[in-house]
Amino acid sequence: MQPIITISGLSKTYASGLAALKDVNLEIRRGEIFALLGPNGAGKSTLINIVCGIVTPSTGTITVDGHDIATDYRAARSLIGLVPQELTTDAFEKVFNTVSFSRGLFGLGKNPAHIEQVLKDLSLWEKRDSRIMQLSGGMKRRVLIAKALSHEPKILFLDEPTAGVDVELRQDMWRMVRRLRDSGVTVILTTHYIEEAEEMADRVGVIRKGELVLVEEKAELMRKLGKKQLTLHLPEPLAAIPEDLADHHLELAKNGCELIYTYDTRGGRTGITGLLTDLAAAGIRFQDIDTSQSSLEDIFVDLVRDAA
Amino acid sequence: MNLPAIQAIYKFEMNRFWRTALQSIVAPVVSTSLYFVVFGAAVGKQSQMIDGVPYGAFIVPGLMMLSLLTQSIANASFGIYFPRFSGTIYELLSAPVSPFDIVLGYVGAAATKSILIALIILGTAAFLVPLRIDHPIAMLFFLILTAVTFSLFGFVIGLWADGFEKLQLVPLLIVTPLTFLGGSFYSIDVLPTFWWVLSHANPVVYLISAFRWAFFSKGDVGVAISMGMSALFLALCLAAVTWMFKTGYRLKS
Ligand SMILES: Nc1ncnc2c1ncn2[C@@H]1O[C@H](COP(=O)(O)OP(=O)(O)OP(=O)(O)O)[C@@H](O)[C@H]1O
Ligand SMILES: [Mg+2]
Repeated sequence: MQPIITISGLSKTYASGLAALKDVNLEIRRGEIFALLGPNGAGKSTLINIVCGIVTPSTGTITVDGHDIATDYRAARSLIGLVPQELTTDAFEKVFNTVSFSRGLFGLGKNPAHIEQVLKDLSLWEKRDSRIMQLSGGMKRRVLIAKALSHEPKILFLDEPTAGVDVELRQDMWRMVRRLRDSGVTVILTTHYIEEAEEMADRVGVIRKGELVLVEEKAELMRKLGKKQLTLHLPEPLAAIPEDLADHHLELAKNGCELIYTYDTRGGRTGITGLLTDLAAAGIRFQDIDTSQSSLEDIFVDLVRDAA
Repeated sequence: MNLPAIQAIYKFEMNRFWRTALQSIVAPVVSTSLYFVVFGAAVGKQSQMIDGVPYGAFIVPGLMMLSLLTQSIANASFGIYFPRFSGTIYELLSAPVSPFDIVLGYVGAAATKSILIALIILGTAAFLVPLRIDHPIAMLFFLILTAVTFSLFGFVIGLWADGFEKLQLVPLLIVTPLTFLGGSFYSIDVLPTFWWVLSHANPVVYLISAFRWAFFSKGDVGVAISMGMSALFLALCLAAVTWMFKTGYRLKS
């Protein structure tokens, strides 16, 4: 199936001379939830803002459902809903009016029933006649989401939707995003919370200093994450791993004081029993055992640290 | 053209007007009445007639123009500056709207507001002084043309300004003086030659003159010249706006 967004050779250098994006190539699949991860200043918002028409790219082309965002911007933008990172709202407007305004701006006729549904889904219906300035930060965030959903977008960009949002609301949002995905909406979100990407995304992209350093199925990532390590602390260092133990693919660490065994938690048999038997047979004794599991967070931190 | 979007912007801007209706409407009524009290009573007593028109009535077109210019600029410049300042402009930039749609919405609303205010002033004046309008159609035409032109000018200022001071700068330093010196309160024919000649470089003179002609069939300069000048200024502002949107000037980074 044709990707819903195709980004090719995209780079952005701001007027200040700062290169915020460097030759980014990315395809977003129809109907997926794509999580964009990266440290502060990596270029996540820049990427989103370029696709949405708020920032002009320096080089590269982007098509949205086959429509070029520069030459066929009306068709491209009609498909997109954007929830920006900053809480920018018309303080004096009422909730219902500001959401209806967004719908009009995207060229759609009035549809109070749809607006009502969106506001109810976001638990904003009771606040429909409140001025935005009277709302709490989390509610303002929801108003921004309601504005983006008011025009029934096929693609939804959420730029750090859960920053400064309490646990309950965060779970509400996750539920909402899944519901949207089930109805065929493609969702691209940025986040600093790894567990959010773990929980939500079909695919994960990691961006670092303007470069897309990894794009992978979350399932694939999780498979890597499914790996667990068993560390055996030895009373006396080993010079080398004995021949008899070669089948276990062990590693030596800490100058031979540690033996590391990597296994898959999801495999039916971990091979631990066999390993321990063979260790005893080889006369290797150990003082202590511990196990550890690398998380998406570790991978992410590793990736990001590599740059520095 | 994205008609629902133009409507949405227009309605949004007009709502702002009604929300502050008291300021929007009461302020011009009060200030107009004050002008009448000060100029009409104090000055008008000695120089009762100008060009065969009672002084009190003579200043009405000028007063309307004064408000029309300042209100058009203020409304349109603030209308587009504020979303830039608050960041809500993101929605406008990411919406499937053309620059033309945006301009139509903002300039349309700003012009509507200033025309409403000018008409309120006209209504107030009609209570206070005897008034006649010889060419009502021409009067409305000039009213609309001027409102649209200067709203567009205000829109350009609102796009250009990068602070509240600059937003105030042009109206305060250029427009208000030009309007006061543009024959709002006198016929430029009474000026000494030097100032008379200089006045012809003031575009507002042409606007007020044509507008006054619509009321009393008498103006300082020809109506055709006035229209030509207005059209020229309108074209200039249009060119500026088009360029700004094309390049994303002060709108996109
Ligand atoms: N308008 C601008 N002018 C100049 N530089 C900018 C502008 N906007 C962003 N930048 C710079 O571009 C880089 C990328 O910024 P961007 O906002 O895309 O990062 P981000 O990944 O969204 O970060 P965060 O997680 O903090 O939101 C940063 O170094 C930032 O300082
Ligand atoms: Mg960001």
